[in-house]
Amino acid sequence: MIEIENAGIVFGAAGAGGVRALDGVNLSVIDREIVTLVGPSGCGKSTLLRLVCGLLRPTEGRVVINGEAVVGPRRDTGIVFQAPTLLPWATIIENVLFPSTIMGRADEAARRRADELLKVAGIADFAQRRPRELSGGMQQRAAICRALVHDPDILLMDEPFGALDALTREIMTIELLRIWTRSPKTIVFVTHSIPEAVILADRVVVMSARPGRIAEIITIDLPRPRHFAMSGLSEFQRCTGRIRELIFGENGARSDADY
Amino acid sequence: MQTTRAPGWFAATREFLIPILAVGLLLAVWEIGVRLFGVPEYLLPAPSRIVVETSAMRGQLGEHVFATLRTIMFGFLLSIAVSFPLAVLISSNRLVADAVYPLLVLTQSVPKVAIAPILVVILGPTELPRVIVTFLVAFFPLVISMTTGLTAAPSELIELARSCRATKMQELVRVRLPYSIPFVFSGLKASIALCVVGAVVGEFVAAERGLGYLITSATAFFKVPVAFGAMLILAALGIALFQLVVIVERLVFPWAIAEERH
Repeated sequence: MIEIENAGIVFGAAGAGGVRALDGVNLSVIDREIVTLVGPSGCGKSTLLRLVCGLLRPTEGRVVINGEAVVGPRRDTGIVFQAPTLLPWATIIENVLFPSTIMGRADEAARRRADELLKVAGIADFAQRRPRELSGGMQQRAAICRALVHDPDILLMDEPFGALDALTREIMTIELLRIWTRSPKTIVFVTHSIPEAVILADRVVVMSARPGRIAEIITIDLPRPRHFAMSGLSEFQRCTGRIRELIFGENGARSDADY
Repeated sequence: MQTTRAPGWFAATREFLIPILAVGLLLAVWEIGVRLFGVPEYLLPAPSRIVVETSAMRGQLGEHVFATLRTIMFGFLLSIAVSFPLAVLISSNRLVADAVYPLLVLTQSVPKVAIAPILVVILGPTELPRVIVTFLVAFFPLVISMTTGLTAAPSELIELARSCRATKMQELVRVRLPYSIPFVFSGLKASIALCVVGAVVGEFVAAERGLGYLITSATAFFKVPVAFGAMLILAALGIALFQLVVIVERLVFPWAIAEERH
């Protein structure tokens, strides 16, 4: 259970010249729920993710995970970024084991788990290769395996498929859902893509910019397992339509939207 | 890449053939020109005279080469030993960076040739002033490239390490240091070339052995072919040492080559 209580953050000096990135954000994410964050650039969705991760501390309010206030990075969270950010000198398996190595837990069990994850992600054949030899999509699969290797309860994803081409992106979205079905986790997922946000989520959090606030939380009432063919369903269209309205304005012509 | 339709054997050897032909042609023009116009040997010795005169000193030559090589290596090792901790300090602490950078620039703006005689007076006529001059000439690019390398790791990778609760030391050893390797080797290549310069400068000022000393002593007696010979050996030494760094990089950090080209 993640509880974000009235969280706000100001970068730089408070008051004079400080930039307010988040303001009064309240959000609870229950266990094994997938919540996606969408919104225009600068709405603080990545910042919110980093608050949950403990990489940033809120200047107001707090983040509580399983009853404990987050004061720094925790062992039960894993993070995936937009770029795969694999270590270029290490093999794929070494990269996947990186969090375990840092935590001093790169034991036989971790190794088995890494092998298993690579299998699930379909890149087991590349375990001994270096990142350079893999395509962007495969690198990102490895990055997801890395985030899962220490079996965290919470997976934080910051536009993980943002740098991939449109086709790979759809495949990866469905793959992620498949992995999630196998071992369900709480997922907080930041994205720029409205269809992606809807297909993945139990709830979509739509944010507005300057300062970053939650505009609306939309519950997605689509059956699982999900697939992109569902984009024809009226529920899907109701949700994407509502998100578009929130981001671009009622008639979809808000000229100041920096999207 | 092949831009012209050259015969196969020619295309294959072109990489080596053209430079060798060019050098050969230059030597031929040099040799013929000197003989044809009767240029005095103390102005410009013919290549054949350089070879004859230099190889006549074969007995002492090894000693000179070894002395210079030793100064170069000590200077190089000292450069690495000082640059590395300095780069770690600069890259990890803003205050240290602000304090050290002006001092670094100061050491680089003082001409090393001017420092050399002063160092000899202070430290005595030993190996030490030569090594220190070599170090002063060679360490600056190493510090800069190491510092750049240590801050080159993508911020997301640092965030990843932090999200795994990495200590500062783990962050340095597991992420920042390996990331700096391609940069470090760029610095090492620049540094080893400068070490040759530094060692010769040191030997010009105070030495009783070494190729730099050989050049000053030979020119003092108008034995210009020997001076030319020493100069050519220095050039060959510089190229060999540079290639040695390249080979070490290729053997130990093959991935770094790909990163450097990237």
